[in-house]
Amino acid sequence: MAISLKVNGATHQIDADPATPLLYVLRNDLSLNGAKFGCGLGQCGSCMVMVEGEAVLSCVTPIMLLEGREITTVEGLGTIEEPGPVQEAFIEMQAAQCGYCIPGMMMSAQALLQKNPAPSEEDIRNALSTNLCRCGTHMRILAAIRRAGEVMQSAGMTSTNRRTG
Amino acid sequence: MRAVRILAAVAVVAGLVLVGLAAFAWRSEIPAEEISESARFDPALMEKGAQLAAVGNCIACHTVPGSKAFAGGLAVPTPFGTIYSTNITPDPETGIGRWSEAAFQRAMREGVDREGNHLYPAFPYDHFTRVTEGDNRALYAYLMTREPVSAVAPPNELQFPLNFRPLLAGWKFLYLDEGPLVANAQQSEEWNRGAYLAEGLGHCGACHTPRNDLGAEDKDRHFAGGEAEGWQAYAIDESSPAPIPWDRESLAFYLRNGWHELHGVSRGPMAEVTGNLGLLPDSDIDAIATYTSSVMGEPTPERRRQADELLEEVVGRSPGLVAAADSQSNPSSGDAAADPGAAIYAAACASCHEGSRPQPFGGLNFALSTAVNAPNPQNIVNVTLFGLPPADGEASSVMPAFAAVLGDEEIAQLLAYMRERFSDEPAWADLADQVRGTRTGEYEVSIRPADGIERAPINVGAED
Repeated sequence: MAISLKVNGATHQIDADPATPLLYVLRNDLSLNGAKFGCGLGQCGSCMVMVEGEAVLSCVTPIMLLEGREITTVEGLGTIEEPGPVQEAFIEMQAAQCGYCIPGMMMSAQALLQKNPAPSEEDIRNALSTNLCRCGTHMRILAAIRRAGEVMQSAGMTSTNRRTG
Repeated sequence: MRAVRILAAVAVVAGLVLVGLAAFAWRSEIPAEEISESARFDPALMEKGAQLAAVGNCIACHTVPGSKAFAGGLAVPTPFGTIYSTNITPDPETGIGRWSEAAFQRAMREGVDREGNHLYPAFPYDHFTRVTEGDNRALYAYLMTREPVSAVAPPNELQFPLNFRPLLAGWKFLYLDEGPLVANAQQSEEWNRGAYLAEGLGHCGACHTPRNDLGAEDKDRHFAGGEAEGWQAYAIDESSPAPIPWDRESLAFYLRNGWHELHGVSRGPMAEVTGNLGLLPDSDIDAIATYTSSVMGEPTPERRRQADELLEEVVGRSPGLVAAADSQSNPSSGDAAADPGAAIYAAACASCHEGSRPQPFGGLNFALSTAVNAPNPQNIVNVTLFGLPPADGEASSVMPAFAAVLGDEEIAQLLAYMRERFSDEPAWADLADQVRGTRTGEYEVSIRPADGIERAPINVGAED
């Protein structure tokens, strides 16, 4: 039974068991390898994507729940030539060490900033409380998110006039 | 003339009744005192007071999460309106800085503030009246040496006439049984100590005993289950819905650690309680467990047999040997169209809840779950929607929130499947409605990390 998934604006017909986690479909069927397999238990955040503007753990989300809903992965935030503000800020602040957690961090950050481009330090920490980084680049990640918030605010990219996923 | 005389008589009687009621409701003001330096209190007494404040869980109601400890202002929703907790720091203007010990003793015993105003029973003086003078002295020493914070709580939002405090004299006349607990000579010293802690300062019944229409605990249904801050406080009498009956040892472990391998982790307001009890000596924890398990009583032979069978089935396969869970396997939905709840369970829940990681970091097998076996599904609805937020800077149990991906109907299907599979209890009614009300906030639920209040950033008293 094919399920129709809308990822980064493109619609795909997926022929898979409805209980298949979204993460497997993204990586194995759609070759969108940004979202990572970390724990497979929804505890580390490296598989984070957005569903209709909310941060969602793709490793514990079966595709049967996502028919027709807007899914955004880190690939949907921008391109190498034209990175989105969150991607730009992570590069500017050199927020990645090994980089494995970074796509998940970016998606949690994107979901937060779309709703609130001027988050407090506490808002950021709460939004990222289920994203783990083993290298210890947390301070740079926090700085990158603050920076991305500033950029999005000055560009007027708030939830009212731009909404991804 | 006769009519006038009757009217006059009625007026006199009515006047006397009013005067009588006023006298009945009236409490004197205890003069303000200038009390400041902490040096006046014996450090040992303050230390004892800290432990007692932990038993009383004072910080949980008297602090807004993320703000200064004991400064009050937390909204406490009640069926009669919202009551805001008061500032119990020693600030002279806005706190209890001018309260003499006598005023504090009276507030605990009678529910009256220093000025003589009756306090609402959201402050559980129906329990605190049992606290001894010596323990109140220690609590006073502890509170009067906290950092003074200038903070005024918002005014209560209560319907007329409940905002008229003298009426509380009537409530107290009906429901406040003032004074100490009478020791039970038939029981051990440990049991009596446990009763003193649980019925007095611990005020377990404030959440775990159902309340009547006037908001008083129904004494005939002591510990038969109530609610707190949007969470079910399970029955802790013989009607406890725990699949494996509690006993003294498991209760003591749970109260000490905030989790138990056969019962799962404490959450909701109970996480604050277990978090706070960490300050207590083992002897007090054991005493509370002894008393509470005796209220629960010995399980019936039938219940014992069912529990033994369940243990055999679930735990006989010791943790670590369970093969079902592999977080890298591809879950199979079976027949998703026929039972969407089963498919959601297989994909979203089983990887943790049928996993090999022991408590408190792994998911609890739902056959052991009190939430799935309880008469009201509120707690499992809360956890499914909002998850268990992690603690800050230390290992803690954690569960993702599923509100963003699971709709009301889907959660209803999932929970109906879990109820059917993991419990012999009848199906829950109107699940989708309950999920919707919880999601929208129509039914208010407070969400706090699994491991208690003082250890996570947005939590009560984190900085103090």
